[in-house]
Amino acid sequence: MIDLATIWAFIIAFAVFVYVVMDGFDLGLGILFPLFPQKADRDVIMNTVAPVWDGNETWLVLGGGGMMAAFPLAYAVLMPALYTPMIAMLLGLVFRGVAFEFRWRTQKARNKWDLAFAGGSLVATLAQGIALGAILQGIHVEGRHYAGGWWDWLTPFSVLTGIALVIGYALLGATWLVMKTEGDLRERAYHLSWILLVAMLCAIGAVSIATPFLSVQYTQRWFAWPNIILTAPVPIAVAAVTALLLRALGNKNDHQPFFLTLALFALSYAGLGISMYPYIVPQSITIWQAAAPANSQIFMLVGVSILVPLILGYTAWAYWVFRGKVRPGHGYH
Amino acid sequence: MFEGWDAVVLARAQFAFTMSFHIVFPAFSIGLASYLAVLEALWLATGREVYINLFNYWLKIFAVAFGMGVVSGIVMSYQFGTNWSSFADKTGPVIGPMMAYEVLTAFFLEAGFLGVMLFGLSRVGPRLHFLATLMVAIGTLISAFWILSANSWMQTPAGHAVNADGQFVAADWLKVIFNPSFPYRLVHMVLAAYLTTSLVVGAVGAWHLLRDQHLAGPRVMFSMAMWMATLVAPIQILAGDQHGLNTLEHQPAKVMAMEGHFQSHKDGAPLILFGWPDQKDAKVKYAIEVPKLSSLILKHSLDAPLAGLDTVPRENWPPVPITFWSFRIMVGLGFLIMGLGLFSLLMRWRGMMYQSQLLHRFAVLMGPAGFIAVLAGWITTETGRQPFTVYGLLRTTDSASPLAAPAVGSSLIAFIIVYFAVFTAGVIYILRLMAQPPHPGEQGPTKDLPARAAGITPAAGAAAVEAVR
Repeated sequence: MIDLATIWAFIIAFAVFVYVVMDGFDLGLGILFPLFPQKADRDVIMNTVAPVWDGNETWLVLGGGGMMAAFPLAYAVLMPALYTPMIAMLLGLVFRGVAFEFRWRTQKARNKWDLAFAGGSLVATLAQGIALGAILQGIHVEGRHYAGGWWDWLTPFSVLTGIALVIGYALLGATWLVMKTEGDLRERAYHLSWILLVAMLCAIGAVSIATPFLSVQYTQRWFAWPNIILTAPVPIAVAAVTALLLRALGNKNDHQPFFLTLALFALSYAGLGISMYPYIVPQSITIWQAAAPANSQIFMLVGVSILVPLILGYTAWAYWVFRGKVRPGHGYH
Repeated sequence: MFEGWDAVVLARAQFAFTMSFHIVFPAFSIGLASYLAVLEALWLATGREVYINLFNYWLKIFAVAFGMGVVSGIVMSYQFGTNWSSFADKTGPVIGPMMAYEVLTAFFLEAGFLGVMLFGLSRVGPRLHFLATLMVAIGTLISAFWILSANSWMQTPAGHAVNADGQFVAADWLKVIFNPSFPYRLVHMVLAAYLTTSLVVGAVGAWHLLRDQHLAGPRVMFSMAMWMATLVAPIQILAGDQHGLNTLEHQPAKVMAMEGHFQSHKDGAPLILFGWPDQKDAKVKYAIEVPKLSSLILKHSLDAPLAGLDTVPRENWPPVPITFWSFRIMVGLGFLIMGLGLFSLLMRWRGMMYQSQLLHRFAVLMGPAGFIAVLAGWITTETGRQPFTVYGLLRTTDSASPLAAPAVGSSLIAFIIVYFAVFTAGVIYILRLMAQPPHPGEQGPTKDLPARAAGITPAAGAAAVEAVR
């Protein structure tokens, strides 16, 4: 049961998940940027992630590069199918990535780079969410190639997942601010967290209701006996985490809202995994069909098992160095 | 729009455009990261303030350049899939793991320690901070190792087999990684990055010396940069020559295009200095040539026979004019850089290093020369590999994604607009930073010391900095 392809499916899924939660909160800060028009607030918001955003985004490169290496066929089919959202995401990331440095290098054009940071974050997030929806709804494959058109990705469902991800990242960003800031800024982040949590629950509900209608396979996976014994705990856990999150927000706790939101993401992500497994391109290509030859997967597995723990170690150290609240006028810039 | 265009040509244009923008930044940051590590080491060893001032000065520039390298690099890692999906499917099992190792061993290392390098001096103290700088510098070199190995495998594939699905698979990983052209390409590119950086540093130093020859910071950086150019340029020319001989052995058609040799020569081939290669008529028009010199360079014998493109089927010819001219631009700049190095040596010997305005003007002019040479060199080697992506084995036309021309055309236009807007702004900000000379007490990207550096208060951080001086 546990073979190389399955191990690699978990590794790629892990890399993508780490990306989603880590770049998720800093993309979320970009999405929330327009709601904080004061320069002093924006400086603080930017400085809460300035030392770590680059590391966060590296997980995206690992997800993409790792997929090309471990599941080249899936990478080759998915990327052309998601051409427009992928290009939009890349361009969005360009704008927001450079804004981290550029906005400190100019007085005159600072507002422009703030806009680039917000717009780029929003576009990149929307594109990622749409890409997710487009994958879930299925992709037209013939032979070893994508065989659909270049607008196939755009459907009401993919737009729904796009919006859902924007809400999710914004909630991550808001709870991150609760943890990393003080005073009035933190108060507003609390307030936003409430609204965004409600929106996020609606989004999770909408996507969960819509998904089974996409394909019989999803319906059977979730509701057929005996699968339901394994799948039922997921919505139950979502309810439990939500209750804890509401309590944490009510108590104005510093750290809990962020980490409970991470838990909410983890559960949604597990739900996606349950829907998709063992397909990597739903209904067309399984992880075994897409898998690279064993010697490629083994060659990388050696590196992954040694290097990923190391990476997690020094990444944690970097976060530790920059721990604590960021105060106005005491940023890193 | 773009109806009737060739989607593959558009995809190639997009890759060439995004790649050319990208390579400029790593070429600079590989050299600059090492330079920063050297400056910080000198500061730690001597305690001289000028070194920490220079470190902080270049660190701000590094931060901007590195950010642009990161975002333009993410684009590259996804473009294999979006635009070259057949290539990704077929070569993924071989090239993918090398790129995955690049991410795991290099990108994470750089990104993980970059934050501490940029903002963390007062939080972690000088020694741990130096470790972070060192890790970033080492990360850039490891990154060069893997990506050049992957590129070299495409140029001179080795150690592979082909499976039932038509994919390349590794038969021997060591042979794949250390393929025949890799050592030459790695040395050539890393030296190029060091030279590129030294020319930029030298130009900035010279620019400020032209205004005031007594400034301590510009003097130190100018002297260091000129030592680098003096010592490395001749080594680079030697390395380039060796790389060329390696190419002659493994990719003869590329060398024929570089030399403009459409015809074979039985007893000694001429070196065509300049001319206009006409691909259609298969001859170099208006050629100025030195008899037999090409045979001497490539075969170390005046009368050695040298085969021309007439021995290669026409459908396998690379585009000769581009390969021919980009090669000449690179070589020409290489000799100019060596000239600058020698001139600076002469001035140094005469004690005119910081006074010679002619030397300073020359150095300022040569500031961008490294970038142009790097671009020209890459255009030579990548164009010379055509019409293949994996040399001799996988044609470029069989590598592209099944995309319609309008899709690729639109994205190409989007990239052009966004890159010019964003990276022009970035270059302006860098030039603005360079326009100021390094000041005594120069600050890094950290303007204000972080308030709550648990364990290390700002005062303790400052004390740690003082302790080293």
